[in-house]
Amino acid sequence: MSMKHAIIAGLVTLTASAVALAGPAGGTISGKVTYEGTPAKMKPIDMSKEPSCAKMYTTPPVVETVVTGSGNSLQDVVVYISAGIPDDAAPSNAAVFTQKGCRYIPHVLAFQVNQEIKIINDDQTSHNIHPLPKLNREWNKSQPPGTPPISEKYDKAEFIPVKCNVHPWMHGNFAVMKNSHYVITSDGGAFTLANLPPGKYTVTAWHESYGDQSQDVTITGSEAKSVNFVFKAKPY
Amino acid sequence: MGKFFAITILLIAILSAIPIVMHTWEAPADISTHGHLIDEQMSETMAEAGISFLAAQLLLAFFIWQFSNRGTETKLKSFPGGAKALVIAALLVVGVEVLALGVFGVKAWADVYLTPPSANAMPIQVQAGQFAFYFRYPGPDGKFGPLHPERINEGSQEFFGLDKEHDVESRDDIVTAEMAIPVNKEIHLLMHAKDVGHSFFVRELRAQQDFVPGLDVSLHFTATKVGRYEIVCTQLCGLGHYNMKAYLDVLSNDDFDEWLKKQAANQ
Repeated sequence: MSMKHAIIAGLVTLTASAVALAGPAGGTISGKVTYEGTPAKMKPIDMSKEPSCAKMYTTPPVVETVVTGSGNSLQDVVVYISAGIPDDAAPSNAAVFTQKGCRYIPHVLAFQVNQEIKIINDDQTSHNIHPLPKLNREWNKSQPPGTPPISEKYDKAEFIPVKCNVHPWMHGNFAVMKNSHYVITSDGGAFTLANLPPGKYTVTAWHESYGDQSQDVTITGSEAKSVNFVFKAKPY
Repeated sequence: MGKFFAITILLIAILSAIPIVMHTWEAPADISTHGHLIDEQMSETMAEAGISFLAAQLLLAFFIWQFSNRGTETKLKSFPGGAKALVIAALLVVGVEVLALGVFGVKAWADVYLTPPSANAMPIQVQAGQFAFYFRYPGPDGKFGPLHPERINEGSQEFFGLDKEHDVESRDDIVTAEMAIPVNKEIHLLMHAKDVGHSFFVRELRAQQDFVPGLDVSLHFTATKVGRYEIVCTQLCGLGHYNMKAYLDVLSNDDFDEWLKKQAANQ
């Protein structure tokens, strides 16, 4: 074979193996979540009854039920595929929910059905985490400081508000998902759901105060589709 | 053996009385206009109970000393007058003591619980719930807006269930997690429980009041010294009862006005 043939053969082999190793190509649904109107004022939290937490803040933290970002974006919105894709097996890694400074971090934790969640107490005070499901089993667990993480899992998809029985201002959310196609918006409100095989999908955006909205999107190949969500803010 | 026992009883009685008589453990500072009534009642009770206690222990020690290790031939002496006289004497002694305490205590009780607050007392609403106290000031309109328990949402700091959108009187209400009051001003607390039984206790104020779910309870007092004091829950209310407290700040009039303005800005 001549040198030219060898180079061409080599390049073809490389390209073919690159395509083979890339796996199934998929479509992408991406967009932005924003709000219109005036959101209610997020009040500061007075933690004076728990001095060990209160002293961790120079300015009091504010309520996180509505977190806005630049460009009228809405944060902590769970955007996920609610229909059109089969359920996924739970991943082996655990989702982590931390109690620190008498707050829940992150404010919204998304994970899959039967995926392990690890609840950590990083404070010097006891907490008693109490998720409030409607479909899943309800439980609450005390967690003194320095004790090992609590390990739990949920077997039904649901959005679950979470509170602390000892500290009334602590509030968070669990989003139990049926498949692995979900994302939580941060500053800017952008989301991307990738690796979607061709099909008809329903994309749902859920916010703890403003409810949920759904839109249908069809993917035919590996194109990128754009979908935006606009929530109406409530002043009170 | 008996004599040793008698001495032991005497020693225990005297040694336990000494710290009480010497006021080894000072009562917490009295910052209330009615505090002295409570403290006097406490002293009277201690004195009466203390004297009875010492007398009883002394008698007991004496009888043990005198009559232990007696032979079987020595007859037991009986109380003069027999069993009936003994019972009557006991009833009279204990009865008079308890009655006296009750009579003297009635004035203290009436002053704290049976007199209404004065017309210009400052009203503050107190809500006790598992496991925190929250307070509400009426704001410039002087009126408390209506409560809607179904609207309570602690994650959004809506502890009382106010509807600021539809209830005009609620719009200027000030909800706080600490209670600040001006010094030397009569305060009228309007209290209710959100869930189970709780109790409001500030030891320096000598004020304590149980919350019974379903009842609106009231308490009034005047604080006389500026400072920061603890309000603790003194009625077992669940797994967080140990952690249930709030702070009472007694401030000068100017400091209180400033505090209230700052809190109003956070609503």
